Amino acid sequence: MSNAVVRKTLISLAVAGAVTLAQADVVIGVAGPHTGAYAAFGEQLWKGAEKAAQDINAAGGVNGEMIKLVKADDACEPKQAVSVANRLVDSDGALAVIGHFCSSSSMPASRIYDEAGVLMVTPASTAPLLTDNGLPGVFRVCGRDDQQGDVAASYIVDKLGAKRVAIIHDKDTYGKGLADAMKTTLNAYGVKEVMYEGLTRGEKDFNSLITKIRSVDADVVYFGGLHSEAGPLVRQLREQGSKAIFMSGDGIVSDEFVAVSGSPEYVDGVLMTFGAPPTSYPSGKQIIQEFRDSGYEPEGYTLYSYTAMQVAVAALANNNLDPIKGAEWLKSNSVDTVMGVKDFDEKGDLTVSDYVMYEWDAQGKYHQIN
Amino acid sequence: MDIVLQQLVNGLTLGSVYGLIAIGYTMVYGIIGMINFAHGDVYMVSAYITAIALALLTFFGIESFPIIIVGTLFLTVAVTGAYGWVIERIAYRPLRSSSRLSVLISAIGMSLILQNYVQLSQGANQQGVPTLLTGAIRFSVGDGFVQITYMKLLILFVSILGMGVLTYVIHKTKLGRMCRATQQDRKMASILGIDTDKVISTVFVIGAVMAALAGVLVTLDYGAFDFYVGFIIGIKAFTAAVLGGIGSLPGAMLGGLILGLSEALFAGLISSDYKDVFSFSLLVLILVIRPSGLLGKPEVEKV
Repeated sequence: MSNAVVRKTLISLAVAGAVTLAQADVVIGVAGPHTGAYAAFGEQLWKGAEKAAQDINAAGGVNGEMIKLVKADDACEPKQAVSVANRLVDSDGALAVIGHFCSSSSMPASRIYDEAGVLMVTPASTAPLLTDNGLPGVFRVCGRDDQQGDVAASYIVDKLGAKRVAIIHDKDTYGKGLADAMKTTLNAYGVKEVMYEGLTRGEKDFNSLITKIRSVDADVVYFGGLHSEAGPLVRQLREQGSKAIFMSGDGIVSDEFVAVSGSPEYVDGVLMTFGAPPTSYPSGKQIIQEFRDSGYEPEGYTLYSYTAMQVAVAALANNNLDPIKGAEWLKSNSVDTVMGVKDFDEKGDLTVSDYVMYEWDAQGKYHQIN
Repeated sequence: MDIVLQQLVNGLTLGSVYGLIAIGYTMVYGIIGMINFAHGDVYMVSAYITAIALALLTFFGIESFPIIIVGTLFLTVAVTGAYGWVIERIAYRPLRSSSRLSVLISAIGMSLILQNYVQLSQGANQQGVPTLLTGAIRFSVGDGFVQITYMKLLILFVSILGMGVLTYVIHKTKLGRMCRATQQDRKMASILGIDTDKVISTVFVIGAVMAALAGVLVTLDYGAFDFYVGFIIGIKAFTAAVLGGIGSLPGAMLGGLILGLSEALFAGLISSDYKDVFSFSLLVLILVIRPSGLLGKPEVEKV
């Protein structure tokens, strides 16, 4: 090939590329804590959504149009969540949003998406109030805190037979909500907690709280909150010589939990409720392998984010890119995703909850135990 | 009984850390009459330098605990001290003759710069360092026990040593005399031949060094840190400085201890939900009764 031909080919390729870009007008926002103390979760959301968008685009896009992702950073702060939500609907013209992560961010942001008629599918916000509010366009592909609390409480009562349970929360929408949900079920089983207290997010010294846990002689410490506090909490618990079983929810499902606790030995035996492992879905296995081949371990909420993207795209694709019709459609149709077939109820919750119990081991990995 | 004693131990160690950091606020206020709001972030920077120093030392194959701790302390104190000097040089010295308000805003700006610079360069994730020193001394009291970990003992020891050395330097050495003279009357001191700019730089470095001591010890003890870790502890140390009487060195230590003890006792015996409410109410109460803080002298308007 002569130089001129090469140049012509390159130019035509570039033009073709530009045309494809110009057509890229299915804008989908990925909202979450991309910076801040919970950026690890933001990364999980982004990686999952990014891969899903790539796979969908490679398979022809949404009704022939390419997905364009917009990263929206809420830093897990409600105020910032409102401003990025406004930006997504106003200037970016997003049709759907994958996110947010923190329930305290999802809640105020969901109202903005509702007003703008944008579909919201959160991979991770588990606060019951989010869908109980009755907004028509809000969906989640994870469970609810009351379901998660149920699993935790029944495990404590049935499997552990514990009588002395200390409940700690981080005073946040998610953390306190989860702790309260657990407490309600626990009390329904006839077990009254021996302690119920909140700690301050961002602090690292919980020694006085732990001395108190020691003084009430707790068998089980249940923590509603995120790994950044759970790590120091479990470490200081062990340092003060307490052998109480430490249990928490999906807020600690990150490798960083091991890092912030200082050493895998401290997380050994920590129990955690989280959705059933994606490997249990045949469709998930291949995606996990593809993630690993690209050098990324799809832990925590990565596949949930992938699933959320599939759900949002299915709703848009089957309803001529109309998010409002798409939301209605989701309530009566099921979507085939990498985490199995998903059905939604009238509120936007999954009809089937899949919470199971995991245990962290001395190598700093978690495994399903029931 | 064992629980109350244990809470005293918890409060004492926490308070000594607050006291160490409070020194930076109190000395800077004493000498140029401004609150260095970037001080908490200097502490945060020292946490990162601790991790880097640890990684460096282990990279060179050093494994003995005393060498690691001394090496980390030395490296962190040196680098953080340099940070203190540079911060003063670029954020405060050019504003030496401006109003107090401009300097305050510059301080807040510096704090934001440090936070964002660390977040961008080191990532926003939570970081952790492994446990180096485990084990504890236990005394049995009644049915229970009171324990203090070796790490906490080290914190207490280094804090007391640091404060002791600093008190000696301020009261017995030529440098201390220059500091005290500058604090009393900067203009007069400079007329009498003291290089006040140099003294002020030194005070910033001393403050940063004290924050670095706290940063190394606390990071090694709790293991976890992120770019935002300076905020809460900075506010607490600032409270301690005001409580003890801002500008007073023994006041900062006393304020730190009172704050640490009141937090631990309130959280441990009543409720940790409201421990910050209690500590800050205590601050308001003391300021109502003694506006200049516990050991502070009322400010005299110089004519």
